[in-house]
Amino acid sequence: MSDKTLVHKKNNQLIAKLVSVVMLMFLFGYALVPLYDVFCDITGINGRRFVQSTPQISGLNESRLINLQFTTSVAPDMPWKFSPMTKTIEVHPGENKVVKFSATNISPNTVVGQAIPSVSPGIASLYLNKVECFCFNRQELKAGEQVEMGLSFFISSDIPEDINTLTLSYTLFNVTAVNQNKQPI
Amino acid sequence: MYKIIITFALLVFSSIATAQSDYNLPLGVTDISQKVYNLHMTIFYVCIAIGLVVFGLMFFAMIKHRKSKGVKAAQFHESTLIEIIWTVIPFFILIALAVPATQTLIEMEDNSNADITIKITGSQWKWHYEYFDHDFGFYSLLSTSPEQIANTKEKGVNYLLEVDKPLVLPINKKVRFLVTADDVIHSWWVPAFAVKQDANPGFINEAWTRINEPGVYRGQCAELCGKDHGFMPIVVEVLPEKEYQQWLDSQLSSVLLAKEKEQQDLNSGMTMEEAMTLGEQVYLSLCAACHMPSGEGIPGAFPALKNSKIALGDVKKHIDIVVNGVEKSAMQAYGQQLSLKKLAAVITYERNAWGNNTGDLVQANDVQQPANK
Amino acid sequence: MSTLVKNNNKKADIDDFDHAHDEKPRGIMRWLLTTNHKDIGTLYLGFSLLMFFVGGAMAMVIRAELFQPGMQIVDPNFFNQMTTVHGLIMVFGAVMPAFVGLANWMVPLMIGAPDMALPRLNNWSFWILPAAFSVLIASLFMPGGGPNFGWTFYAPLSTTYAPDSTALFVFAVHIMGISSILGAINIIVTIMNLRAPGMSYMKMPMFVWTWFITAFLLIVAIPVLAAAVTMILTDKYFATSFFSAAGGGDPVLFQHIFWFFGHPEVYIMILPSFGIISTIIPAFSRKKLFGYSSMVYATASIALLSFVVWAHHMFTTGMPLAAELFFMYSTILIAVPTGVKVFNWVATMWRGAISFEVPMLFAIAFIILFTIGGFSGLMLGITPLDFQYHDTYFVVAHFHYVLVTGAIFSIMAGAYFWLPKWTGYMYDERLAKLHFWLSLISVNILFFPMHFLGLAGMPRRIPDYALQFADFNQLVSLGGFAFGISQLLFVVVVVKCVRGGAKAQEKPWDGAEGFEWELPSPVPYHTFSTPPKVK
Repeated sequence: MSDKTLVHKKNNQLIAKLVSVVMLMFLFGYALVPLYDVFCDITGINGRRFVQSTPQISGLNESRLINLQFTTSVAPDMPWKFSPMTKTIEVHPGENKVVKFSATNISPNTVVGQAIPSVSPGIASLYLNKVECFCFNRQELKAGEQVEMGLSFFISSDIPEDINTLTLSYTLFNVTAVNQNKQPI
Repeated sequence: MYKIIITFALLVFSSIATAQSDYNLPLGVTDISQKVYNLHMTIFYVCIAIGLVVFGLMFFAMIKHRKSKGVKAAQFHESTLIEIIWTVIPFFILIALAVPATQTLIEMEDNSNADITIKITGSQWKWHYEYFDHDFGFYSLLSTSPEQIANTKEKGVNYLLEVDKPLVLPINKKVRFLVTADDVIHSWWVPAFAVKQDANPGFINEAWTRINEPGVYRGQCAELCGKDHGFMPIVVEVLPEKEYQQWLDSQLSSVLLAKEKEQQDLNSGMTMEEAMTLGEQVYLSLCAACHMPSGEGIPGAFPALKNSKIALGDVKKHIDIVVNGVEKSAMQAYGQQLSLKKLAAVITYERNAWGNNTGDLVQANDVQQPANK
Repeated sequence: MSTLVKNNNKKADIDDFDHAHDEKPRGIMRWLLTTNHKDIGTLYLGFSLLMFFVGGAMAMVIRAELFQPGMQIVDPNFFNQMTTVHGLIMVFGAVMPAFVGLANWMVPLMIGAPDMALPRLNNWSFWILPAAFSVLIASLFMPGGGPNFGWTFYAPLSTTYAPDSTALFVFAVHIMGISSILGAINIIVTIMNLRAPGMSYMKMPMFVWTWFITAFLLIVAIPVLAAAVTMILTDKYFATSFFSAAGGGDPVLFQHIFWFFGHPEVYIMILPSFGIISTIIPAFSRKKLFGYSSMVYATASIALLSFVVWAHHMFTTGMPLAAELFFMYSTILIAVPTGVKVFNWVATMWRGAISFEVPMLFAIAFIILFTIGGFSGLMLGITPLDFQYHDTYFVVAHFHYVLVTGAIFSIMAGAYFWLPKWTGYMYDERLAKLHFWLSLISVNILFFPMHFLGLAGMPRRIPDYALQFADFNQLVSLGGFAFGISQLLFVVVVVKCVRGGAKAQEKPWDGAEGFEWELPSPVPYHTFSTPPKVK
C-alpha cells in the first residue's frame, strides 16, 4: 500500500512539472510576439523598425549617394488616393531631408487612416531615422479633403557599403472602425 | 536479380536525362536559374549515388542473407568506429553541397544596382504591375474563358496560363521587383527566372532578375490565396531592348489618351443597352469570381447581389460600395481600378440583371468622386 | 470489435490471477468508461482507422477533381476545404491517434507495467477526440463552408478573409491539442515511473524510447499551436492584430509561430515510426538492433534539431540572407542523424537471417521510401533550390513520401506485427501480402509522378491546372484510387484476424524480443500486476 502511495506521489509531482511545461510553452507562444518584435528591432529583418530620432547634425558623408525610392499602397477597403510627391531622391548619409506625400479622401465620409511603413532591404530600416512622420499618428480626413503629409528623415552615416538602393513603402489602412485613440506605432 | 536492379537504375537515369524538357526543373533564361538548375541536378545525382550504395547493400543482404537459404544470423550489433564513419562522411558530403548553395544564394539576394524597378501587387485574384520609373501600371488578369474552365469549350494551348495584359520586360537589364499584396499572402513565381517571392500585405519584399533571352514566360501564384488561387497566372513577355522602349512609349501615350477619354465619358451618357453590355463584361471578369455569374454569391462567404438590399436600394450607397469597398472585408475599392464609365456600367448591370429590375441607369457622371466635384 | 472483447474476456478469466478487477460493464458502456490501456489502445486504433478513411475519402474527391483539367466535380472553394480538412484529419485524426493507440497498447507491455500511469485521464484524452473531429467535420456543412485556408492556416487568409465557421475550426484544434497533450503526459509519467525494476533507460525497447522523446516534443510543441490558433481566433473575432499589418502586426509572424510548432510536429509523426521499424527489422533479421545507443542519440538529436529549423518552410517570405543561410545549414544537418538511423537498419539486416513476413515487407518498404522522402527533403532544404520547389507538387510528393510511405507504412507494419498478440489469431498472410504489394505499387504511382509535376511547375493546392500537367495528373489520380481501394483490404484482414484464424503462439515471430512476447496471445485483460524480471 505504501508502495502505491509512493508511486502516486511521484506521479503527481511529475504531472505538476509536465503541466507547468505545457503552460509555459503556451505562454511562450504568446511571448514569441514581443520576442519577434525585439528580434526585428535588433536585426531589422521585417523592415519595420522605426523610432523617432532627433535631427542629425554631424556625420554627413558627401562621398556616398544613396538612392531612395518611395512607394505607396492603399488597402483595398481604403477610399483614399495616396501617393508620394517625389518618387526617388538621392541623399548623402547623414543629410536631413523632407519629402511629401499627398492624400485625398475620395469618399463621401470621414475616414481615418494609418500608414504602415516597410523598408526593403529590411536591414536598411536600421539606418533610416525618422525625425517626423505622418505614420507616427493616425490621419483623419473629411469627405473630399486633401492634405500633404511630410516625412523628415536622415540616413545614418554608418549604413553598410553594399546598400545603395533603398525602398520605403507605406501601406495605408482604413482604421475608422478601430480609431479609439491615436497611438504611435 | 542484379540485372533487374541495374536495368531499373539505367531506366531511371535515362528517363531523367530525357525528361529535361518537360518533367524537370526548367533550365530557365537567367544566369541564376541556370545555376539553380545545375545545383538541382548535382544534388539529385548525389542523392542517387547515396541511394544506390545504401539500397544496393540492403538488397544484397535481402538476397544473400535470407533465412530460407539456411543462413545463420551473425551476432555483431555494435561498432563505434562504423558509427563515427557514417556520421562523418555524410557531414562532409553536406559541406560539399552547402558551399555552392551558399554562393548561389548570396548572388540571388544581391538586389543592388537595378536598372528597372517594377512594383508587383497581388490581390484576390489578379496581379498589378507598376513601372516605378514611369507613372504607369496595369492589372493583369486570367484571360482563359469561363467556358473553357467549365469544359463547354475546347481548351486553348495556354489554358490557365494566359492573361489579358502580360508584364513586359527587356532583356539584359537588371530588373528589381518590389513585391507586396493588398489582401492575403500571394507569391509571384516565374520558374524560368527562378524567382519566387511571397507578397505579404503591408510589407514589401525584393527580388531581381536579368533575362538573357526574349520570349514569353509563364508562372502561377504559389501561395494559397483563397478560392481562385489556381486562376491567377503570371505571364511575362520579354522583348529586346529597342522593342521594349517602343512598347513603353506607346503605352505611356495611350495612358494620356485614356485620360482624355475619361473626360469625354463624363459628358456623354450611355444607353441602357450599352451599359448592360459593358457592365456584363466587367461583371464577369471582376465580380463574378465571388458574387457568381448568377449574382447569387456563396452563402456565408460572399453575399448575393440578386434581390439584395444593396442592388435594389439607394443608388448612392451602391456606388459607394463599389467605388470605395467595404472595410474589413474582401470587397475591394474598385474606384481606382476601373474607369468611371466601367464603374457606371457595372453598377447599372448589377441593378438590372437577374431580375433586379430597378430600371436605374447609372452614368459616369453619377459615379464621379465627391473630391472631383 | 465485440468478438475481440469476448476473446479478451475469456482469456482474461483464465489467465488473470487478479479476478477482482475483471468486472467490467458490457456493451457500449464498457468502451465509454474503460480505463484499461488495451481497450483505450484499441479505441485509438479503431478511431484512427476510421479517420484514415474519412480523410482518404477527401483525398479521393481531390484526385477526382484533378483527374482532368477543367472544373468537373466540385467548386474551387469546396476543393480548398477538401485539401484543408484532408490535411487536418490525416495529421491529427489518423497518424497521431494511431501512434497514441500503439503506445497505449505496447508501452505498458514493453516496460512491464500493469497499465498506464493515469488510466482515467487516458479515457478522457481519447473520448474528447471524436468530439473534436465531429466539430471539424460538421463545420463543412455550415453556410460558407468549413476551413478553406489550408491545414497551415496562414493569416490573413484564416482571419479577415476566413469563412464564418473558423471559430469551430479553432475550437476543434484546441480539443485535439488537449487530447494530444494529455496523452503525452500520460506516456511520460508511465515511462518514468512504471518501468519494471531493473529496466534502466538504456535498456528500454526502441519503440518506448522514440515515444518517450515524442511525448516531450508533444508537450513542448502543441501548446505553441494552441497559442497560434488562439491568436487567430482573437484576430478574427476580437479585433486584436497579431497578424494584421494595419494594427502593427505581421502576417509572417504567424508563419514563424506556426512552424515553430509545425516542424517538431513533423517529427512527432515520424519518431514513433523509427521505433516501430527498429523493433521489426531485428525481429525478422533474427539479429539484435545494430547500434542501439547511437539510435537513441540520433533520435534525441533529431528531436532537438527540430526546434531550430522551422523557418525552412518560409524561405520565400523575404527573410534576410543570414537567416536563410542559418536555416539551410541547420536543416541539412538533420540528414546526419537520420542517415545514421537508416545505416543502422541496413547494418542490422546485414548478415542476419532475413525472412519476409508482411510486417518486414512494410518495414523494408518504409526504409526505402522514407529515404526517398528524406532525399527530397534534403533538396528542399537547400535554399536556392527551395525557391523553385516551394509550394509546388514537389513538396506534396516529399511530405507524402514521408507521411504515407513513412508514418502510415510503419503503422501498418506495427499493426501486422502485433495483431497476433492483440487478437490471439494469425492474420491471413496471403491477403496481407496482397494488401502490401497493391499498396506498394499504387502508392508509388500516386506519389512518384508528383515530383515531376512539381519540377515542371505545378503549384500545390490548385483545383485546376494547365494542359501540360494533364497526363501525369491522370496517372496520379489512378494511383490514388488504387491506393484508396487497396486499403479496404487492410480492413478485411484486420476484421478476419479479430474474428478468428490460426491460433497465434505466445511468440509468433521467432526473432522478436521483449516482455510482450512472454505473455500469452491474446494478451490477458490485465497483465504484469507483478512486474516481470529484466534479464
